[in-house]
Amino acid sequence: MADTILVIVEQREGKLNRVSWETIAAGQAIAAQTGYTLEAAVVGSGVAAIAGEVAAKKLAKVYDVESAKLEPYTPDAFAHALKGFLEKHPAKLVLMPHTYQVRDFVPKLATALQTTAISDAIGYRYEGGKLLFTRQMFQGKFAADVSFAGSGPCFVTFQNGSFRADKVEAGAAAAPIETVSVDVPDGVVRNKPQEVFKEAKQAVDLTQAEIIVSVGRGIKEQKNIELAKQLADALGGELAASRPICDNGWLPMDRQIGSSGQTVAPKLYLALGISGAIQHIVGMKGARSIVAINKDSEAPIFEIADIAVVGNLFDIVPALIEEVKKAKA
Amino acid sequence: MKILVCMKQVPQKDAPLKLNEAGTWIREDVSYEVNEPDAFALEEALRQKEKHTGEVVVVTAGPARALQVLREALAKGADRAIHLEGDAFVGLDAHNTARAIAAAIKDEKFDLIFTGLQSDDYGYAQTGVILAEILGLPHATIIMQIEKTDAGIRVKRELEAGFFQFVDMPLPAVLTIQSGINKLRYATLIGIKQAKNKPLRKVTLAEVQLAMGTNLQKIEKLYVPQKSKNTEFLEGPPAEVAKKLVEKLKNELRVI
Repeated sequence: MADTILVIVEQREGKLNRVSWETIAAGQAIAAQTGYTLEAAVVGSGVAAIAGEVAAKKLAKVYDVESAKLEPYTPDAFAHALKGFLEKHPAKLVLMPHTYQVRDFVPKLATALQTTAISDAIGYRYEGGKLLFTRQMFQGKFAADVSFAGSGPCFVTFQNGSFRADKVEAGAAAAPIETVSVDVPDGVVRNKPQEVFKEAKQAVDLTQAEIIVSVGRGIKEQKNIELAKQLADALGGELAASRPICDNGWLPMDRQIGSSGQTVAPKLYLALGISGAIQHIVGMKGARSIVAINKDSEAPIFEIADIAVVGNLFDIVPALIEEVKKAKA
Repeated sequence: MKILVCMKQVPQKDAPLKLNEAGTWIREDVSYEVNEPDAFALEEALRQKEKHTGEVVVVTAGPARALQVLREALAKGADRAIHLEGDAFVGLDAHNTARAIAAAIKDEKFDLIFTGLQSDDYGYAQTGVILAEILGLPHATIIMQIEKTDAGIRVKRELEAGFFQFVDMPLPAVLTIQSGINKLRYATLIGIKQAKNKPLRKVTLAEVQLAMGTNLQKIEKLYVPQKSKNTEFLEGPPAEVAKKLVEKLKNELRVI
């Protein structure tokens, strides 16, 4: 049997998570280089429509893995269902997007199958018949090429934005769909999840802002937020922050950028004292221009900045506010 | 409630890191601190104990230097500590770290086990969930609130993009804790003094090695990431830098 790559797409409450297209693009790229067969699976209850949507892409086969117990999502049901499925349909590689849901069940699933998950990868290399996956380490300060040393399957989860969803190739004809009913016995699922909800109506929609001035730990004290606010006002932009600032209550949670906050793509993202932890970067790397001011010349934010200023923001920002005002006058 | 908190020592956030000669790991001569989400996990355990009485036990796996993390935890109010001590614990994958911890606590019964949601060094975000699977316990990840109920606990999970979800679950259970779940306390002077007399159990690699296997993933090479962008660095005194930057914002980026 040829080696198989299985992409498990993500659905939540019956809707395909669009980040799954990136994972299919990754699978197609790896399949093209290795010659492995590429298949996909959707897991849930009554998700045949999603299987149909996925089957339009260049894939050898799509599985619709079904059980009433898979809705709502629980890690117990997903791990149980997929363990059974993968024991019957062995794959060499299992690819998924690195979402909060995947983070919740994949380590459990991999452990149950006595294998491992290479998590939050940002790319891959195929060298001398060996696949290496690239991960960020030490909050993005270093990258590591990681190899799989087990007997399989090897799970890999890809960070949001690592592959381009618009590169997914359509199939010449629709891929065949096989419906697989899985049995999740009573007692397997121990958690009882309640409805998903949003804390409060988002007061600020940062996704629409053209200019965002964002502050991180480098702002040091709550009273210094005012300085960033003045710069945002001078530029006619919105004020935002990295997670620690909102955790401290220095700015409301609805101004948080990153994996647990908003994902933005403004014309200008001006990062003040933000080191650029991965969880922040995923929320703003789509910005058209990134300007970073940070005292640490090795801060990961500079890896993705278009314009970088290494220096003390408390010296530079006041001067910057004056210059912006002059330019606008 | 008897609560175990798994904690890890990681390089300080703004410590300048250098690669070792082989390019397989960092040079260890840097400053270390407690992994941030683990500090929140400890704080949450202390708060739960204050509410419901019980015991807070902290565990870490790492070389002698990692003892500092346990000392600080004891000073803040943890009751006792377990140190899986040895250089070998640094290079473990998440699977083996979880196996080592599970073996070290095999004679204990905890109601709750907390880990931070991920570490600032490897960033696997897996050890807690793997530990739950090894111990046969239910788990929930990225937790922002924990309340005791008649049947167990109700936790608040953080989902993406500002969404949340409450989950009811039985005890015992494993939870991975998100940063910001609470406000951290400082150790008091009296706490620091008392910490010296609190029980500390050392566990050697030999004691847990039977439960472990080979690492299933291997770091072939660690390196400074290649830049995907041509970053332009502006230099000079603040006034000059500000002037250059505004020119660019106006003429090149056209946002002014």
